[in-house]
Amino acid sequence: MLKILNKINGINNIVENNNLLEIEFDKNNILKIFNELKDNVDLNFNQLLDITAVDYPSREFRFDLIYILQSLTKNKKIILKTFIKENENIKSVTNIHKSADWYERECYDLFGIEFTNHPDLRRIMTDYNFEGYPLRKDFPLTGHTEVRYDDLEKKVIYEPVKLSQEFRNFDSESPWEGMENKLFGDEKSTGEN
Amino acid sequence: MKEVELNTTTINFGPQHPAAHGVLRLVVELEGEVVQRAEPHIGLLHRGTEKLIEYKTYLQAVPYFDRLDYVSPMCQEHAFALATENLLGINVPERAKYIRVIFAEITRILNHLLNIPAYAADIGAVTPFLWCFEEREKLLEFHEAVSGARFHAAYFRPGGVHQDMPEGMEEKLFEHFKTLPKFIDDLESLLTNNRILRQRSVDIGIISKSEAIEWGCSGPVLRSAGVAWDLRRSQPYDAYDQVDFEVPVGKKGDCFDRYLVRIEEMRQSISIINQCLNKIKPGPISIEDNKITPPKRNQMKKSMEALIHHFKLFTEGYRVPAGQVYSAVEAPKGEFGVYLVSDGSSKPYRCKIRAPGFAHLQTLDHLSKGHLMADIAAILGSLDIVFGEIDR
Repeated sequence: MLKILNKINGINNIVENNNLLEIEFDKNNILKIFNELKDNVDLNFNQLLDITAVDYPSREFRFDLIYILQSLTKNKKIILKTFIKENENIKSVTNIHKSADWYERECYDLFGIEFTNHPDLRRIMTDYNFEGYPLRKDFPLTGHTEVRYDDLEKKVIYEPVKLSQEFRNFDSESPWEGMENKLFGDEKSTGEN
Repeated sequence: MKEVELNTTTINFGPQHPAAHGVLRLVVELEGEVVQRAEPHIGLLHRGTEKLIEYKTYLQAVPYFDRLDYVSPMCQEHAFALATENLLGINVPERAKYIRVIFAEITRILNHLLNIPAYAADIGAVTPFLWCFEEREKLLEFHEAVSGARFHAAYFRPGGVHQDMPEGMEEKLFEHFKTLPKFIDDLESLLTNNRILRQRSVDIGIISKSEAIEWGCSGPVLRSAGVAWDLRRSQPYDAYDQVDFEVPVGKKGDCFDRYLVRIEEMRQSISIINQCLNKIKPGPISIEDNKITPPKRNQMKKSMEALIHHFKLFTEGYRVPAGQVYSAVEAPKGEFGVYLVSDGSSKPYRCKIRAPGFAHLQTLDHLSKGHLMADIAAILGSLDIVFGEIDR
């Protein structure tokens, strides 16, 4: 299977990890690759299980876009991965895998990644008229707005989040392990001078 | 040119409707009583589980999984536990594997014992609901006995299970599962040949083999279409490779087939549990590495080392090596997967939850097209929709 996968144009890197193939691919060839993966009888990746993204705000190519495919005949799962920038879009695979419809909508809703040629790219998880992309790392956990029922106006109203207590994010990580920043005076302990 | 007058009515089904199985808003376009289009609006129960997990340690993330599909909690913990163990590169002890399989199967029976009568209630039968809830209560007592909670168990944890089964539990389980097949027979006598149930479910909401695969269906929905696909069989995890069971498949892929598949799955689950009870041996129930699983309470009273471990585990948690993994289990509703990304710290960098119901609900428009409005309730019931996992 590895041999056939390696031949497909646009596939850059294949890593085998825990009986799971992780494949990096070029986003410009996405449709070709997905067609090939689905139609090639030796691969037959006919089920798209999920589409998701991982946000790395510090990178130039901010998002890892992840596709999880399964072949029911070959009993194999693969993870396809591509990197995209913020404000960059990618072609939709809804014409190849019907299940991509909602997965792409979800990805658009929570990360703000746009899929071109998607039949109906609307928000799916968040509230009507919601603003922002909640799963991005720069979106606060508490969100920006909260809702409540207003008894005077007799309707549900939206207002900015008010926390009666400061949001507490305990950092209990051990300062002695995995520390990146050097503290003042550390240079003396390395024995360099 | 001939003018065609479109005479469609658009109605709003839910979000508060007993047949919507939760908070589903469905915009249905009807021509007379025939459904032209059914568009689900979901997200009304969106709690941001994935975002919350990014701010919690691996151990603190476990209870969130109980609250996704709240009728089959343990199977979801299972997926998360497997994913974390995979990243940690650890292997749980034999006894823990069997305990997990036993409770995953009890959870499967619990789930089907809710879905089947709820589905029956949607299409007109009330009695099964009362019967099954009594039976569920008995099974939930086993949940309670091992974890202290009936639903939100937090019992399967990375590294094993939280605590061993109490003394005498194995015999009790054995005794209980002697009586359950009789109950399933009784339940079937109420439903399977019931004229109303058949009228309302045979040939309703048919999904073909290729469509089921194409739409990302899994679990009973995929099997009812005739695809013998079960992750417990094809990609076995924990002790599933040690037990024998059959994978029931349907022929047509209609609502009735989905019901039959679930009934048969309960019987298979009983057989799996019995096999596990015969094979299970005494032994440790979680890995004996105090860097990952907490030390015993009595050790903590005596050993400073154990006390430190306990403190570190419940404040900082354990660090998981950087990497990513996708682990899936055959949850009662279908393939439940967790895509976990670790950056080497004690909190997951990203945890994507693949819920089977999400893919199934997506097919609703396709399944209900051309059926009557009343069939939507039947189709929804047969897809086994629970909003906790769909909206996450």
